[in-house]
Amino acid sequence: MDPAKPILSLRNIGKAFYGNRVLADVSFDVAPGEIVGLVGENGAGKSTLMKILFGMPVIHETGGYEGAILFEDREVRFRTPFEALDAGIGMVHQEFSLIPGFTTTENILLNRESFNNSILIDIFGKRISTLDRMTMESRSKKAIDKLGITLDPRMLVREMPVGHKQFTEIARELGRENVKLIVLDEPTAVLTESEAETLLGSLRTLSAEGIAIIFISHRLREVVELCDRVVVLRDGHNIKDLAARTTSIKEIASLMVGRTMEAQARIDAESAAREEKASGDGEPVLTVENLWVDMPGETVRNVNLSVRQGEIFGIGGLAGQGKLGIPNGLMGLYPAGGSVTLHGEPVALNSPRAALERRMAFGSEDRRGVGLLLDEGIDWNIAFTAMQVQDKYVTPLLGGLLKWRSDAAMSSLATEYIKLLEIRCTGPRQRAGTLSGGNQQKVCLAKAFALRPDLLFVSEPTRGIDIGAKHLVLDTLKKYNREYGTTIIMISSELEELRSICDRIAIVYEGRIEGILPHTAPVEDFGLLMAGADKDEAPATAGGGN
Amino acid sequence: MEGIKRFIADFGLPRVIITFYLLALFLAAPLVGVSLPASISDSLIRIGMNGIMVLAMVPMIQSGCGLNFGLSLGVIAGLLGATLSIEFGFAGVLGFVVAIGISQVFGAVFGYGYGKLLNRVKGGEMMIATYVGFSSVMIMSIAWLIMPYKSPTMIWGFGGEGLRTTISVEGFWRHILDDFLAVRIGDSFKFPTGAILVFVLVAVLIWAFFHLKLGTAVTAVGSNATYARASGINVNRMRIISVMMSTMLGGLGILVFEQSFGFIQLYEGPLYMAFPAVAAILIGGASVNKATLVHVFIGTALYQGILTMTPAIFNAVLKVDMSDVIRIIVSNGMILYALTRKTKVAK
Amino acid sequence: MNSKLRLFFIENAVVILFILLIAVAIPVSGLPRQFLMQEILMRLGRNSFLVIALLLPIMAGMGLNFGMVLGAMAGQIGLIFIMDWGIVGIPGVLLAMIISLPISIFLGWLCGSIMNMAKGREMVTGFILAFFMNGLYMMIVLYAMGTLIPIMNPEMLLSRGYGIRNVVGLDGVRQCIDNLIPLKIGGLKIPVFSYLIIAAVSCFIVWFRKTKIGQDMRAVGQDRAVADAAGIPVERTRIMAIVISTVLAGIGQVIFLQNLGTINTTASHEQIGMFSIAALLIGGASVTRASIPNVLIGVTLFHLLFLVSPMAGKNLIGSAMLGEYFRQFVSYGVIAMALVLYEWKRMTQEHEARAELRGGAAPAKGAKGGAA
Repeated sequence: MDPAKPILSLRNIGKAFYGNRVLADVSFDVAPGEIVGLVGENGAGKSTLMKILFGMPVIHETGGYEGAILFEDREVRFRTPFEALDAGIGMVHQEFSLIPGFTTTENILLNRESFNNSILIDIFGKRISTLDRMTMESRSKKAIDKLGITLDPRMLVREMPVGHKQFTEIARELGRENVKLIVLDEPTAVLTESEAETLLGSLRTLSAEGIAIIFISHRLREVVELCDRVVVLRDGHNIKDLAARTTSIKEIASLMVGRTMEAQARIDAESAAREEKASGDGEPVLTVENLWVDMPGETVRNVNLSVRQGEIFGIGGLAGQGKLGIPNGLMGLYPAGGSVTLHGEPVALNSPRAALERRMAFGSEDRRGVGLLLDEGIDWNIAFTAMQVQDKYVTPLLGGLLKWRSDAAMSSLATEYIKLLEIRCTGPRQRAGTLSGGNQQKVCLAKAFALRPDLLFVSEPTRGIDIGAKHLVLDTLKKYNREYGTTIIMISSELEELRSICDRIAIVYEGRIEGILPHTAPVEDFGLLMAGADKDEAPATAGGGN
Repeated sequence: MEGIKRFIADFGLPRVIITFYLLALFLAAPLVGVSLPASISDSLIRIGMNGIMVLAMVPMIQSGCGLNFGLSLGVIAGLLGATLSIEFGFAGVLGFVVAIGISQVFGAVFGYGYGKLLNRVKGGEMMIATYVGFSSVMIMSIAWLIMPYKSPTMIWGFGGEGLRTTISVEGFWRHILDDFLAVRIGDSFKFPTGAILVFVLVAVLIWAFFHLKLGTAVTAVGSNATYARASGINVNRMRIISVMMSTMLGGLGILVFEQSFGFIQLYEGPLYMAFPAVAAILIGGASVNKATLVHVFIGTALYQGILTMTPAIFNAVLKVDMSDVIRIIVSNGMILYALTRKTKVAK
Repeated sequence: MNSKLRLFFIENAVVILFILLIAVAIPVSGLPRQFLMQEILMRLGRNSFLVIALLLPIMAGMGLNFGMVLGAMAGQIGLIFIMDWGIVGIPGVLLAMIISLPISIFLGWLCGSIMNMAKGREMVTGFILAFFMNGLYMMIVLYAMGTLIPIMNPEMLLSRGYGIRNVVGLDGVRQCIDNLIPLKIGGLKIPVFSYLIIAAVSCFIVWFRKTKIGQDMRAVGQDRAVADAAGIPVERTRIMAIVISTVLAGIGQVIFLQNLGTINTTASHEQIGMFSIAALLIGGASVTRASIPNVLIGVTLFHLLFLVSPMAGKNLIGSAMLGEYFRQFVSYGVIAMALVLYEWKRMTQEHEARAELRGGAAPAKGAKGGAA
């Protein structure tokens, strides 16, 4: 494709949320008809970048962005998604935005239907006119043909297989007359292999017709096969802008997770300096076999692992690959199956109570939804689980028949943890909902610690916390591990964090353990596992792409 | 000024208006020749009469089941207790105690079934509670017609079918609580010690329950059911417990009401009994998912105060009885207000 | 073929149940067939319009519109005025409807806005709002009319000098719509004009579904978020559904009352919401789906039940009240059942929607997770 004049030009895009910098100086161009792949770890800034491009209100509600976006050679500053749509940019999100009881045609033309004319329009306005279904059907057929696939324009969406729903979504973006650029966010995540192939084929067809495409995906194989160029984001920066023809999956994976030379050296030095654990080859305390978990968005398909006593075991991987499903399934929060053994005894799944009674505890990644009682005080939040499962902080009355809640004991427990974790609050009775994100996280952890567990799962323990608090949390985890011998399983999107405190780290890809590495392993190896690419390495000169 | 604005926002504009309205009525009383001691006495009696049914709202609100529009189920349990107690020939204190006992048994059974139903329809409890309540009242109406009661004070004379619509409890346990240790001052003031004592006693029991490990779990379920589940709590069981409590309290509440009112009202009587209780607790400051005992006391006092004072004042001033209309507007307006407030963030 | 038959029975379980029930009750009641048929023909003409008013809010995803009572109140106020001004016949009825229009539109807008403030709880809110508005209505009709609002005809007032009487006779307009085009077939009187009106409003509903705004309503009714993301004005569309519903309820109440021939000032409108909703549900509608056939079947079955229950009860057990209570039980019960089914279906749908996000080949074992 002749990159004479780019249709989209991002110049020095930057964004910070309340002082937390997410994007810095990102620039790249997209030519008409070009397919650009956008890859990066979680938190690299991909979704924020797309939110800026698409004019999502959350962006300008939090202070706008820096830099400039040029579309068709004119500077644009979209403030709502509709402005972006009007300009000719379409976006296909991961979650389907379809009306289940409507046909394909009705969905493709949602809120852009064709009307029959009538005098009533003049009196009552446009909405009173009846729909011209024949014209609508031919318009939708046109959009479907553009994709180069077959879709029944009269089928109800709720009766369609998932792949067809995805295509309907895309057809809707194409149905707009002036569409020039389409962004697709993980479009193949829910498709079968053959559906994915069909989709890639349609995208090539579109590209040939001059529609530019931004393709966001973690499936590097597809990215390398389909795209003309690949842009790698890391820590909010545009690290590299490669031609797909001349790169390999391995190179891209390394770029995704690598660090600058200095940072890399520092991490390697830290790693080496860590004392080797006495429990280096301890007994396996937790064995998991054939675990599957039905957690929407984080499905686990078949996980096998074995964690040693006293170990700090890390689980990493890209978002949506299933790492979060593992602790949620093991702690009974989502339907799960498989066999789990703790200290040699089997553990029942699908029962939070059973997991807690076996002295496993969980600091959930979903602070506000699962981890906290937002309307109750810090004391309730920290003491509650221990009270219910271990009968702590209650005074038995009438010979144990009645268990009276001891507010005083709960209060002193809370005070203890407020000091230990440096939780900034007005006191143990402050409502958890009014704490800052970082302090809420600390409360969640305190709740897990208060159970004095044998095995502690912590999920995204430092997400959204400032640097100082991060260190405190990680140090406390290390302390618990050292002093009480608590086995810790830490799930995190931040590879660095995992490598800094874990002994071994497993990487989850598409619901399975792709590999387990010691923390000293080179970072590119982790990158390859995260991209699922350790097995199928495309040769340096990939035949794919355009 | 800011402080006042915030207070009004927190407390709720409707509640502020209601409080001022009631205050105005009390202040106007002596000016228009309405006896203040009689009014206060009436209000107190009504508070004793209705308080427990308002208390019955607390467990289900706390457990996240919403406002118990199906309180009629509990009332039916109470009616069964009252009629059976009379049928078996008990009177006086014994009769009242037997009635309570029977009502609690039925209340527990009804509450269990009702709770199981509500567990299947999470999110739509309120509407379903209303109509399950209505349907039950109608089934019971058929039952009152065909159940083989024999007691002559209760059945229709002239060999008619089934129980009478209204049955007097005179001679059985009329005013048994109201008059217990009552304090009389002059001939227009009576403090219904017995009823108020029972009200406070039951309130204390509820307070104690929510301080137990079990009650704490129930509160957590209403606060964030996912959190409770993750802590190993059986959410469905907690909800059923709260529904059973609510239904049993309804049974007790109607008996206390009847001893003061003097009559047992069958058939379509219980149809709308939930609404005043719902309105009262909302007026007291509760929301659809959070209620405390303070809300119960304040709400019952305000609501019954309005019900007592409005007809008295309006009659004296305008020679017009608008009390019914005012009651409808105030209670339903309050419920409407509560329904349209934004729910808590925790889901 | 067998499974198709099964599906048919499951989908239409309610209607079939009721047909069986009534088939048994009619002979037990001993009421003559001619009488029943005449009554049903009359009641179809009288009640169907009101039930049709419920269709649009269901389409817009707002459930059973208990707030239709507000429209009924508007219609009644219109009739009170024309009776006061002594306008009779068709012009009187027409004028009553016209007077009710602005009141209905205002009340409908109010109801819709309040429902928008209580999304997810529209039905309870409408239910309570109806009670609340009843209070205001009584304030106006029993206290303001004759004092602040001038009433010319003193016969309309209560003995105390203000406030409308409990029962207002509609002698001037009694059955004027019904009798407009007289027709008798086999000894049965058929209110042709009423049927024509119903046919007209049915055509309106069918046409409305085909318009853009009808399409928008359907979209909003199925998924508010998706409709919003597509740029459809969700709040306005919902309010429009309620406004139309209220207006239709107002007109429907006028038709209803002109057939009855009297207004019970404080009570005529109270149960109309519940009766109309019960009828619609008995006709096979659900909280999310309702159509014209549901209306007609429902009105027929509901009113047959209405008519035969008292006598059937008397003949069975010796008490007419039994039949009466049974009828009420059925009305309340069918609404309770519809609500339960609705919540059930909703929970199942959410579960299935989440299952989709599993993606690709998931090891979806049947074993569901435990606890809540």
